Amino acid sequence: MALLQISEPGMSAAPHQHKLAIGIDLGTTNSLVATVFSGMSKVLQDEHGHALLPSVVRYLPSGEVVVGHEAQAQQSADPVNTVVSVKRFMGRSLKDIADRAHIPYHFVDSADTTKHLQIQTRAGLRTPIEISAEILKTLKARAEKSLGGELTGAVITVPAYFDDAQRQATKDAARLAGLNVLRLLNEPTAAAVAYGLDNAAEGTFVIYDLGGGTFDVSILKLTKGVFEVLATNGDSALGGDDFDHRIYCWVLDEIRTKVRESHGHFNPLNEQDTRLLLTKSRQAKEWLTDNHEAQITCRLSDGSFVDVTLTATQFLELTQHLVTKTLSPTLKAMRDANLGIEDIKGVVLVGGATRMPQVRHAVEDYFQQTPLTNLDPDKVVALGAAIQANALVGNRSEEDLLLLDVTPLSLGLETMGGLVEKIIPRNSTLPVARAQDFTTYKDGQTAMSIQVLQGERELVADCRSLARFELRGIPPMAAGAARIRVTFQVDADGLLSVSAREQTSGIEANVVVKPSYGLTEDEITQMLKSSFGSAETDKKSRMLAEARVSAGAIIQSVKLALAADSNLISDVEKLAIEAEILKLEAIAKTEDAAAINKAVDSLNHATEAFAAARMNASVSRALAGKNLDEVNL
Amino acid sequence: MTEIGKVIFIMAITLTQTAADRVEKFLANRGKGIGLRLGVKTTGCSGMAYTLEFVDELHPEDTSFESHGVKVIVDPKSLVYIDGTELDFTKEGLNEGFKFNNPNVKDECGCGESFTV
Repeated sequence: MALLQISEPGMSAAPHQHKLAIGIDLGTTNSLVATVFSGMSKVLQDEHGHALLPSVVRYLPSGEVVVGHEAQAQQSADPVNTVVSVKRFMGRSLKDIADRAHIPYHFVDSADTTKHLQIQTRAGLRTPIEISAEILKTLKARAEKSLGGELTGAVITVPAYFDDAQRQATKDAARLAGLNVLRLLNEPTAAAVAYGLDNAAEGTFVIYDLGGGTFDVSILKLTKGVFEVLATNGDSALGGDDFDHRIYCWVLDEIRTKVRESHGHFNPLNEQDTRLLLTKSRQAKEWLTDNHEAQITCRLSDGSFVDVTLTATQFLELTQHLVTKTLSPTLKAMRDANLGIEDIKGVVLVGGATRMPQVRHAVEDYFQQTPLTNLDPDKVVALGAAIQANALVGNRSEEDLLLLDVTPLSLGLETMGGLVEKIIPRNSTLPVARAQDFTTYKDGQTAMSIQVLQGERELVADCRSLARFELRGIPPMAAGAARIRVTFQVDADGLLSVSAREQTSGIEANVVVKPSYGLTEDEITQMLKSSFGSAETDKKSRMLAEARVSAGAIIQSVKLALAADSNLISDVEKLAIEAEILKLEAIAKTEDAAAINKAVDSLNHATEAFAAARMNASVSRALAGKNLDEVNL
Repeated sequence: MTEIGKVIFIMAITLTQTAADRVEKFLANRGKGIGLRLGVKTTGCSGMAYTLEFVDELHPEDTSFESHGVKVIVDPKSLVYIDGTELDFTKEGLNEGFKFNNPNVKDECGCGESFTV
């Protein structure tokens, strides 16, 4: 029995045509998937009741891929083949990764420097796109199980500061996972949507997002249903994990002091004890959200017993500098947006670490208002994405306006002297198309090289190059006479295409640009093909199962027929049929689907005469004692 | 000559307590709406399909019931197919949602979304 959800008035779908839409928060530390049930946004859990899926992918020696808690548990045992925080590498080349020395993976850069990097795992070279796709596949499977059907589409969130290459990479990962991406949505915008701020009046909002390992602050301005990102800032190496680590260091100090007092010798902790203490530290942090003190007790592997008590006040002192550290990016963002705290209409807290009272107080003190906290800060981004996905597939009535997004950075091209000419300014509402005319620089110039750039800086060297292409076949004429119209177009996902056309001569030369950081069509096809590798084995086992079912069915029916009507055939015929049954029963135990099917055919063939005899017998039984008139043939 | 009207017995549409609690929660979350509309549509792989919608306005021909404090609204055409139905809210594995326990149903398609009476 299918389970139904409540639709908007007049919006009930026909059976089997429910438009199932999901929102995915593809996070650095954890990922989530949410959907709208009966008008209410809800995060979906896995079989074990976990809502958060750790964004950890492990490649096993067996060739299997595991994602989430299971992969996370093996992280320290198999660091090289267990990829964490892959989001940091999305759409990046090796030169973009600053702290490579601290990352355990074997990076391989593509020969083409503008291409994405790859990670050497035991399963072979994997791009961040493929690794992210594994996380998305897991979430997709969870959603399909929960919703009981095929998904119409998904909205995936990305940080507001993600550039075109990172957005394209995210979209490629979704495609690889078999998801239809309805839209990429900025994370802060999704959080604002979850709180229904898009329904509210106009105003400027701050989204303060302190996650497991990253801190982002965004200032959004809402005007007529359009969210504009005024400023973003953050710290990519600051999060809830740092608070755990502070407690962990404090516990170590306590142990050391005690050991010294008893004139003993302090042994450095092994890896297992370190992990145990870190877990205990995280639990203590969570406990202190609602309590005045937390007791940390555990037995270490050398048999010694740890029993310390951390008060809320001590915890506050230990971590005050971390809280303060979040305020300076916040200040910078406010300054970039040219705003004072009196301009801020609301503050939204996102990320599990914002549950800590000291974080809430700091935000409250700075903005002089109580932040919005009634939604679960871990889930708020996914919830907002689900609401947007539900609207995009058309499950809401028309009066609900669709949310619009804006370009995060300006887009332009290189002109003479290494300067950037901006075509689409940042914060343009999407989708957007802008054109501008350019001309030739030399007499008789027949080709023009166009470099597409993204960024706010004036010099080409300071912006990110997204693509380069050539327009050829310009008719030779005096410098400055040609009119080349370059059109920049950004679709609703924030993805860019550029075309150029020579105007004066009427000759057209259109060029479509593909982002150089994304995957080419060929690469995507190749990856999809390799993902069919497992499809082949799936298909085989399916064929075998089907062959066995039909073998079972025919054996059953022939046996029944023999029991009922064996008098219709000779003993020789009967023996022949029984021999075929025995043969089929033996073959059905093998793994060979084709042989089973052949034996089924053979049994079918052997029973043809018998079946005909039975048919005749039953027709004569039916006709016995009836006039021809009564029989409708 | 006196015209004698045929008496039609209407049973009722009811909600289980769980279903009623959910509907109230969904209505509160939606922020508007006066109740829940149950209905049938003639489509699907075995004849008819259930519909479940929020109600913002009543039509003159609608029949209303009240169950555990929730207003349940049915149009007369649908009522003949679903009279006596109890609406439940259940979990099946990871999936959760509403389920029609309809005494009129003779046959359901495998998926349970459509039925014949």
